[in-house]
Formats: sequence, structure tokens, C-alpha cells
Amino acid sequence: MSWNDQRVETWVGMLLRIGVLLAAAVVLVGGVLYVMQNKGPRPDYSTFHGEPATFATLRGAAEGIATLEPRSIIMFGLLLLILTPIARVGMCVVGFAFERDKMYVVVSSLVLVILLYSVFFHR
Amino acid sequence: MNDLWFVVIVGLSSIGAGLLGALSGLGGGVVIVPLLTIAFHVDIKYAIGASLVSVIATSSGAAAAYVREGFSNIRIGMFLEIATTLGALFGAWLTTKAPTEVIGLVFGLVLLYSAYVSLKQKHEEITEHPDQLALWLKLKGDLPLPDGGEQPYVAQRVPIGFGLMWLAGVLSGLLGIGSGAVKVIAMDQAMKLPFKVSTTTSNFMIGVTAAASAGLYLRSGYLAPGLVMPVMLGVLVGSLIGSKLLVRVHVRTLKIVFSLLIIAMGIQMIVNSAMRFR
Repeated sequence: MSWNDQRVETWVGMLLRIGVLLAAAVVLVGGVLYVMQNKGPRPDYSTFHGEPATFATLRGAAEGIATLEPRSIIMFGLLLLILTPIARVGMCVVGFAFERDKMYVVVSSLVLVILLYSVFFHR
Repeated sequence: MNDLWFVVIVGLSSIGAGLLGALSGLGGGVVIVPLLTIAFHVDIKYAIGASLVSVIATSSGAAAAYVREGFSNIRIGMFLEIATTLGALFGAWLTTKAPTEVIGLVFGLVLLYSAYVSLKQKHEEITEHPDQLALWLKLKGDLPLPDGGEQPYVAQRVPIGFGLMWLAGVLSGLLGIGSGAVKVIAMDQAMKLPFKVSTTTSNFMIGVTAAASAGLYLRSGYLAPGLVMPVMLGVLVGSLIGSKLLVRVHVRTLKIVFSLLIIAMGIQMIVNSAMRFR
């Protein structure tokens, strides 16, 4: 790995850290609202019944955020978090393209396609 | 216990899990899942969802630090991520099909195996043998040495390493852990990469592998907001403190204590799961 590679990666690493802190901040805001609004008994986590899918869609999240629904805000933060490593792979594609390393443009694009497929289409 | 206290106690426990995970190098996931299922009676599927999300947070949050050390190999990591992400997709799909007690059993066995790997003495075996496939794929690099020099290395037995990485991906998707132990074995033992290259490259890969199964978890309702929130924030805080402390504590003693804890939790999970089979 050349010195230049390492500089680009350090820069990418910093961006990732910002992404994680941003996601954590959104989750924290949602969390504070959540504990303020849910003072009752804790939800039953002892048997798996699946969370409502409304939180998992962008539209559901957007509607929830507009109405300051705590769980939607938390889920939006989690979505941001899931997107940070994907953004990192995207930046690697660009980095390898700059280095004119065709083989690794293909390799990192393949990883990116698998990730995007898993987040948006896989069932 | 009402919801507020539940959030606070789970959050504090997650700080502890993140701290131990960072200090031992095993990651928070191997502690948080047994903790949630054994101590808080959370269904393992919710526990897996919460754990996986915190794995992404710690891996991405620490990425800058790993790269700064100059040991991680981005090409090797990216090439092997084809295997881990495909495995993670399959593992996450398996989670939606497999019964809770089977997942618990596999988790217990992986805990015992992780403890074994963490306790085993490392022996370094670097090789420059020109493996044709590895050279074609550019799976090579130079290891910075303490004296300022560089030790060139070339990956060996690429197909075996690739296969083991696929398995690491399956376990990550199935159990919601980073499965760093299997990743390091694939690179260190099978591919004969220098140990420091294996560990740092593995850390670089963990977040990407986890992201591959997170999408399916999200859409299958594994992420319960009220549970994931304290776990993710707690593990993140704990691992940040842990990585700061790492330079100051005596890691060897800590590793032994931690491994005993993991062994105890692994046995507990195997026994619990076995009893539910009947």
C-alpha cells in the first residue's frame, strides 16, 4: 500500500467516523424522545413477533420523522448507520478508478452491487 | 421493570460489553447477544439484530484508527469481501428460517471456538512464495517493520481463504456478530498473512460484512427501536473508551479472564438451547 493510498484511506476513515457520529446523534435524539414518551412497561422482547415494516421503508421513516415519532427517528438513524460502510465501498470504487486499477474497480463494484442489493431488494 | 429502567440498564450493560469487546479484540457482539438472551430474556432474533447494528457502529467508528497504523491491506480486504457479503446474505436468510434453539446452539459453539482462538499463542509464518493466483489478484503487500524497513508478503491458498471468508460471512449474518475470529483464521492460518495485517484488515471488513445482512434484518423486523437504541449507543461508547484504554492495560491477563467469561456464556447458551429441543 503506497503512502498516498493510506492518506486517501485516512480521509475516508474520518468521513466514516462523521457518518457514525451523525447516526448515533439521530438515534440519541430519537432515544430521548422515546424514553420521554414510553413510561409504561417495557415491550415484550421475549418472543419474536417482528417489528412493523412501516419503520423499514423510507416513506414510513419520513412520515414518522415529520410527526416526531421516536421509533421512526431511531430507525432513520440506524439506516444512516447501515449506509456508512456502503458509502465506504463506493469511495473505494472511485479511489481504484483514480489509480486506473481496472481489476479492483470491478471487484469493489461487485461488492457495492451485493450490498445495494441486500439493503434495497433482498427478501 | 418499566421501559425507562430497561433502557438504562441495557445501555449500561452495553457499555460494559463494548469495553470488553474492544479490550479483548473479539468485538461487542459476542458479549451482547448472550447478555441479552441470558440476563434479559430477550428473544435471540431481537438480540442478533441489536448486536449486528452495534458491530457496524464500532467497525466504522474505528476505521480511521486501523488505517493510520498502516497494516491493513485494502485490496485483500475488498477481494475477500465478495465472499463475506455473499455469505452474510445467505446467513441472514438462514436466520429467518432457522428455529431459535438452533441459532442458540450454533452461537454457543462459536463462542467456545472464539475463546479458543483468543487464548491460543500466535506463531508468525510470513511467506513470499510467489503464488500465481494471488499475484494475478494483487493479494500482496509490504509489512512495515519496527526498524523502519519493510517485509514483503504474498497471500497463499487463496481459494481456501475465500471459502473460509464465505463461512465467516454466513456466521456474521446468522448470529449478528462481526465473526472476527474466523476472519483472522482465514487470513492468518490459511492465507499465511502477517498477523497484524490479518487483524487490521479483518476489522476493516467487519462493518461491510455486517451491512450486507443489516438490510434483511431491517425489513424482517429484527430491529426493535427501543432495544437497538440503548445497545448501539452503549456498545459504541464502551468500545471508544476501550480503544483508548487498550494502550494502558495488561491485555494478556484480561484476555484470559474474558475468555473464561465467554466459555461460561457459550456453555450456558448450549445448555439452554439443548433443553428447548425437548
